[in-house]
Formats: sequence, structure tokens, C-alpha cells
Amino acid sequence: MALVEVDKATKRYGSLTVLNGLSLDIEAHQVVCLIGPSGCGKSTLLRCINRLETIQDGEIRLHGDRITGPGVDLDLLRREVGIVFQGYNLFPHMSVLENITLGPLKVLGMPRAEARDKAMSLLARIGLAHKAGEYPDRLSGGQQQRVAIVRALMMDPALLLLDEITSALDPELVSEVLDIVRDLARNGMTMVLATHEMGFAREVADKVCFLHAGVVHEEGPPSQIFGDPQDERTRAFLKSIIDAGRL
Amino acid sequence: MNKPAVMANRERADLWHARSKVRAHSVQTWASLSIATLTCVAVVLSAYSIARYAIAQGWDRLPVWIGAGVFMTVAVLVAASAARALQLSKHAQLARDVYDGRALGARASEQSWRAISYSGALVILCIFAWFMVVNDAAVSRTFFDVDLIARSAGTVLKAFGTNFFIFTVSAFLILIWALVIAIARTLPGKAGRPIRMLAIIYSDLFRGLPAIITIYLIGFGLPLTNLPILKDLSSSAYAIIALTLTYGAYTSEVYRAGIESIHPSQIAAARSLGLSYSKTMRYVIVPQAVRGIIPPLMNNCISLQKDTALVAIIGTIDAFNQSKIIASNNFNLSAVTTVAIIFILLTIPQARLVDRLIERDRNKRRSG
Ligand SMILES: Nc1ncnc2c1ncn2[C@@H]1O[C@H](COP(=O)(O)OP(=O)(O)OP(=O)(O)O)[C@@H](O)[C@H]1O
Ligand SMILES: [Mg+2]
Repeated sequence: MALVEVDKATKRYGSLTVLNGLSLDIEAHQVVCLIGPSGCGKSTLLRCINRLETIQDGEIRLHGDRITGPGVDLDLLRREVGIVFQGYNLFPHMSVLENITLGPLKVLGMPRAEARDKAMSLLARIGLAHKAGEYPDRLSGGQQQRVAIVRALMMDPALLLLDEITSALDPELVSEVLDIVRDLARNGMTMVLATHEMGFAREVADKVCFLHAGVVHEEGPPSQIFGDPQDERTRAFLKSIIDAGRL
Repeated sequence: MNKPAVMANRERADLWHARSKVRAHSVQTWASLSIATLTCVAVVLSAYSIARYAIAQGWDRLPVWIGAGVFMTVAVLVAASAARALQLSKHAQLARDVYDGRALGARASEQSWRAISYSGALVILCIFAWFMVVNDAAVSRTFFDVDLIARSAGTVLKAFGTNFFIFTVSAFLILIWALVIAIARTLPGKAGRPIRMLAIIYSDLFRGLPAIITIYLIGFGLPLTNLPILKDLSSSAYAIIALTLTYGAYTSEVYRAGIESIHPSQIAAARSLGLSYSKTMRYVIVPQAVRGIIPPLMNNCISLQKDTALVAIIGTIDAFNQSKIIASNNFNLSAVTTVAIIFILLTIPQARLVDRLIERDRNKRRSG
């Protein structure tokens, strides 16, 4: 049984159908990369998985338990499924340490000292221990994004959703964020990435999914999707990426 | 790097299943049922005794009992819906299928919250109703003499024309005058300094002065100055001048906040196209600023409307003054209630409009 099973999920905004019976399995300890042109529904899919959006049809299961439908404890779900957005969304009125210990303190009821130790050890791992007392607006974009990832990790999620976490960053800051993701992948963290970083997807993904017309149009290991795409659309998309010099 | 996060998958799944049980919300539904029941009893007793009292005061039986009956029915329905919520919650507990249980629990929770909020509203209405009838209905006699309200409505409404006139003219003048001040305050550079200073002094002065004092000084002061034209304007005209000066200062701040909320890079972008400062304002900044300032402008507008009642102190026969005359002739304040009602009826739609505009703006930002 996969960690998450998306089963014929349909999501509409008014008359616009964004997900059209999309199915996708996310195995534990795997990294799944979602690729596809802008507007194809990558963010929407991620937001549906942790119920920031509600699908109209189909179902999504976590640990085999249906998490769509009424009466699901959303707070519990979001502890289990963390998400990091493109715009880091750190709380500007809190220091780095306060930002990342907020969840453990207020939601998990972790003792302050323990939360602090955990936060400091995670910060040390990403090389930002000396920034613990800083406020977000005094950090670079890359540093803010790394803190945002740590903030999600503090809750010990079973699954981490990463939505184009590097696309707001300067090129030289991208690698420092990707290093963390790589490190997490090596340690068996289950992750779903919506990304335009094809090179990175190729390197880190266990499975790459090409989204088109509201479904997973083609999926497979990166070597196949990038090396030998079967589908016309996938090829066209990858060609446009290569032409833009991004692969 | 995050070892605990990589807990064995099996273990995590078990933990998840242990935690994500059906939530039947039984405490909440019990609380809601007790609240709704107490409310129901209170409402039925109050409606009954208030209705009896009203009939004893010579009201028609039928409408009074119908009104009381409606209240009692609503209260009973609310209690019934709380009972239903409790039943749903019991079903949720017993449901064999976890998904059915969750759905039932969600409905129980929703329904019990609704019962609680309806009960809250009913209690508040009840308290209000008692407030009206205690002490031999002193409150309703003083403020809500329906007969006097009806009799005074025509005269007061006619006098309200003065308020309306003052309001419309000054609103128009304020919009222009405030824009002038706002632009004066944002003039750039050394050259703009003297004008800027004057504009600042003006806004400080008139934002500091209570509107009622400005109206008093202008309304009684200008006629004494013997200045040509200014000395023999109508009292409405003095009111318009005073309100324009006061509200111009406030409104210019609204404009200025709007202008300054536009990111400086927009000015840079426009200027780098070769647009002059005034063209930048005209074509790029002001159109963007207007969107954000409409809600605060509307708020100012509502407040201006109400402050037209202040002109009563310089003897203008506006709706408030008129109603005071009627009130003192009848030894009853209900005529003033008439004005109050007129003002309220006028502002409510505007307040809703402001809410709508703010909501629309929020939606735009959320999707943007
Ligand atoms: N709240 C919303 N209301 C209406 N339409 C929406 C909303 N959110 C997203 N959409 C539409 O859904 C479609 C998919 O959007 P989504 O953000 O999922 O795309 P994406 O694949 O993440 O694109 P990108 O690569 O640019 O981030 C788009 O056409 C978008 O306009
Ligand atoms: Mg997106």
C-alpha cells in the first residue's frame, strides 16, 4: 500500500477543470517530482493532498485511510503532511527560532527546551544556527526558504509537499535549498515536488510525473521520462524546456 | 538528516490510524443541547409574559400572540435541532464504518454549533425585549412611542432634506479639496517644500479641531466678521464650509495613504518611460491608488453623513433640530428616534457596500 493514493481526483474551479480524474501513488520513502507547463495543476494537486483545497470527485487516501470527505481531522492531517510554498511565508513578527518552534510548542505541546534543542540541531544541519535569533526580513531568500523547510520538518511529517520552492530564488541560492532536499531524500523522507528544475528532478526523483490536461499523462523513473519519453506531449514539453536551456 | 521523521512506515501508519478515529463531538453536542434547552425555556417564558403584558397595555391580541408564537417556535426548533445533533453524535459513535462515522460526526458538530449560535442570538433578543418592558415599559415609552414616531415622520423627513443637501454638496467639495491637499502633501523635492508645509499645517489643524467646534466658530464667527459675501451666507453654507474643511483634512490622509501604498518602483517605472511627475500621478499612481481607498472613503462618507447633524448647534433647522423641537413640545424623545431611524436606514446599505468592496479586494489579492 502506497503512503498516499490519489484516486481519480477531480478538482474544478467554476467551469475550469484543473484535475480531471487524476490518479497517482506516492510510495513511502520515495521522491515524486511533478512536472508540466505552468497552470497544469501541480500546485492544485499538492494543495488537494493536504486539504487546503477540497476535491469534488474521487478520493485521496493516506496510509490507506480516506482523507477526503467530511469529518476528517484537518489539523491532524496537516501534521502528517507538511507543505512548503514558493513564497516562504515565514511569520515576519517572529524570529527564526520562534517561527520553527511555534508548531511543536502550540500544536504538539512539546516542552520548550526540547523544541529548542530540536530546532537548534536542525538549524545547525542547514548551517543557519547563527541566525536563530534573526527576523526573517534579515535573511536572504535562500536562507528564508531553508528555514521554511525546517519549520515544516519540525512537525515530523510523514510526507513533505514542496511547491516550486526554488522558483523565487536567485540561481546562486537555488543549490543551497536543493542540497537540503537532496539530504532529506537520502534519509528516506517521502516528498512530492512540483518543480521546474528538471536537472534536479532527474537527479533526485524516484518517479517523475508529467501532468497534462488534469491527469498524469506519463510517469516513470527519471531516466525514462527524460531519456526516452514515450508520449508526444511529454516530448514537446521537454523540448521546450531544453530549448529554454533549463535541462 | 531528520531521523525521527523517517520512522518506519508501518509504525507511522499504525499511529495515524490510532489517532484519526471518528470524532463524535459528544461533549460539544451535549453542551449545545443544554444551552438550547435553557434558551428555549427562557424564550418561552419571556415571550409569554411579555405578550401578556402587551395585551394588558391594550395591544391587539392576534399580532402579539403571533409574534410571541414565532419566537417560541424558533426556540423550540433550535432545541430540537440540538437534540438531533446529539442523536447524530450517538450514531457517529456507533457507526461501524469509519467514513460514515466521520460524516455523521461532522454533521453533528456543524448542527450543534448552529444551535449554539441561534441560542445566543435568541438570548440577546430576549434580554433586549425585557429591557424594553421592565419598569412598566419605561424604555419603550420614552424612545419608541410608535404614535409620535409616525406623526413626526413627515416633518422630520422634510427637515432631513437640509442634511441631505449639506451632505451632498460637502461630499463633492471634500473629494476635490482633499485631493488637492493630498497632492500638495506629496509634492516632491525642495521646490515643493513651502506648499507641503502649508498642507501639513492645515491637516494637523483641522484634524485636531473637533468638528463641532469648527462648525460653531465658522457658523457664528463668519457673520460677525462683516466680510463681504462671507458674512451673509445661509447657515447651511457655513455648515458646508466647516464640514469641508474638517473632512478635507481627514480625506486627504486617506488619499495620501493610497498614493503611498503604491510601490515606489511603479513611480520609477513610469518616470523611466519619460512621464512627468504629474502624468505619472494621473495615469499610473492615482488609478491604482483609487482601488484601495474606496472602502476608507466610503467610511468617511458615512461619518460625514452623520456629522451633518452637528449643524443643529448653529441653529440650522435640520432633521435633528426639527425633531428636538417636536420632542420638547411632546415631552417625549420618540421624535428623535425618528431621526435616528432615518440615519440608520441610510447608512446600513452603505456599510454593507463597504463590506462587499473589502471582500472583493481580499478575493482579488488571494487569487492574485
Ligand atoms: N483559487 C483559484 N480559483 C480559480 N482558479 C484557480 C485557483 N487556483 C488555481 N486556479 C487555476 O487552476 C489552474 C492550475 O493552477 P496551478 O496553480 O495548480 O498550476 P501550476 O501547475 O502550479 O502552475 P505553475 O507552474 O505556474 O505554478 C490554473 O489555470 C489556475 O488559473
Ligand atoms: Mg504552482
